[in-house]
Amino acid sequence: MRQRVRSAWLFLAPMLLVLAAAAGWPLARTVYFSFTDASLSDLDARQWVGIANYVSVLRMPSGKVIYDGLLLDPVWWGAVWNTVRFAVVSVTCETILGMVVALVLNAEFPGRGIVRAAILIPWAIPTIVSAKMWQWMLNDQFGIINVVLINLGLIDTKIAWTASADTAMAAVLIVDIWKTTPFMALLILAALQMLPREIIEVARLDGANPWQIFWRVTLPLIRPAVMVAVIFRALDALRIFDLIYVLTPNNAHTKSMSVFARENLFEFDKFAYGSAASTLLFLVLALLTILTIRVGRISLEGGR
Amino acid sequence: MWLLKRTGFYLLVGAIVLIAVFPFYYAIVTSLKSGTELFQADPWPKAPSLDNYRNVLAEGAFMLNLLNSLVVSGAVVALSLFLGVTAAYALARVRFRGRSALLFAILSVSMFPQVAVLAGLFELVRMFGLYNSLFALIFSYMIFTLPFTVWVLTAFVRDLPVEVEEAAILDGATPWIIITRIFLPLMWPALATTGLLAFIGAWNEFLFALTFTSNDARRTVPVAIALLSGNSQFEIPWGNIMAASVIVTVPLVVLVLIFQRKIVSGLTAGGVKG
Repeated sequence: MRQRVRSAWLFLAPMLLVLAAAAGWPLARTVYFSFTDASLSDLDARQWVGIANYVSVLRMPSGKVIYDGLLLDPVWWGAVWNTVRFAVVSVTCETILGMVVALVLNAEFPGRGIVRAAILIPWAIPTIVSAKMWQWMLNDQFGIINVVLINLGLIDTKIAWTASADTAMAAVLIVDIWKTTPFMALLILAALQMLPREIIEVARLDGANPWQIFWRVTLPLIRPAVMVAVIFRALDALRIFDLIYVLTPNNAHTKSMSVFARENLFEFDKFAYGSAASTLLFLVLALLTILTIRVGRISLEGGR
Repeated sequence: MWLLKRTGFYLLVGAIVLIAVFPFYYAIVTSLKSGTELFQADPWPKAPSLDNYRNVLAEGAFMLNLLNSLVVSGAVVALSLFLGVTAAYALARVRFRGRSALLFAILSVSMFPQVAVLAGLFELVRMFGLYNSLFALIFSYMIFTLPFTVWVLTAFVRDLPVEVEEAAILDGATPWIIITRIFLPLMWPALATTGLLAFIGAWNEFLFALTFTSNDARRTVPVAIALLSGNSQFEIPWGNIMAASVIVTVPLVVLVLIFQRKIVSGLTAGGVKG
């Protein structure tokens, strides 16, 4: 038996080494950089500056006190607000719409296979490609969406969807919801198909209408599966980068925490400051993960 | 009343299909338009032409970008399956102290925001002279492919009957023989699923590819498409962008449609987003 355990570790070692080198070590270095003044042009010429990237107090000779740092940076808090707003709205919409699509796919009707194949298409399309496709459809001058809306008489003037302050976040949400609802729908559908048909039969024989059956029987039974899907999606939404970076470049109204961090790391030559932002984002997600696993009591043994 | 309900239901079904399919359909339509036709929002091309495809494939490094994406995704699949299979055997079949904690740690890596490792990875990649090389991408993509590969394969191995393995142990087979001769042939369905999902993940990745490559010849397709620009800053080559988009998406859509069932089961087992 001891021999077996030893060979088990031998088999685990390569995978663990790769994960440690690709995830563990870089994460530790990012946290370390956030306490230094490293710059992109010369990473090695760095000095320990403590928590100055997060918060610093500077006393001028004149007696004036200047507070600085990430925790006092309105741009950072703007990015936090954008990310949270995006995550809450997108996950809520995706869950509701995913539920609708899953209920449709769970019904027996001719052509169900085609519908299931069709909803896989948005999921299969690379995020960058969806961003570009929608950017073209939402184009202010030539985009088909503006043309259709004007022809229908819903708007008078063409809207610069991805550029204007009022609609940029809506544009990001539309694309994300379009792309990710299929994922939600498939997860919920899998849960629906695990339900024993008899339970629903019994409820129907007892005279419950479809509405009651959904709220009183179906939903409570699939709730654990839906919760897992929601948690995965929420964690994914909180780290959003590529869609926002490509669909609405340089827009303060959509800039997410990830975009803020990368911008500082590689575009503004504020490597240490960007590292601090990355570290904070990691802390927020780690806390949320631990919290949800505690609260949701997700079984680590895969349900066994 | 019954008829009304049926009609309503089919209207809903029609709306779902239309919304799901139209954007990609419109991208194909746009890619077939050329000249001034591009700027008329007709839902079909009046004079379809393949000019945009010719432009994209002839100009710049797009063919090279395609090749880069293929090499990176292929290597990522091979590597994560190899590491995943050996690890899954140990995690599923051998009881040892700290196994649950280890599984938890592996799962938590998949929840990492990728930006959190970006600074540290950048240092590592530069230190080993891998900046602007495909190795940097293959290595960094392990962060998101390995955890779910290990997770899904572990769940699969756990469900295989113990008896086959016990018989082999009695016959004196070593763990390596057990993995390669007994488990591997049984694991093809799970390998196909996880391999496909890892391929899609690597094929679509943007953040690391954007950060760790610096010239046209080394870029993967998503970065190439995002950075595709015209002769001037104000002239965005929409026709070319749509042609490039269709080229990289069609193989993916075909793969996904062929392996529909496998992908759905893999997604539900791993709870991962591609």
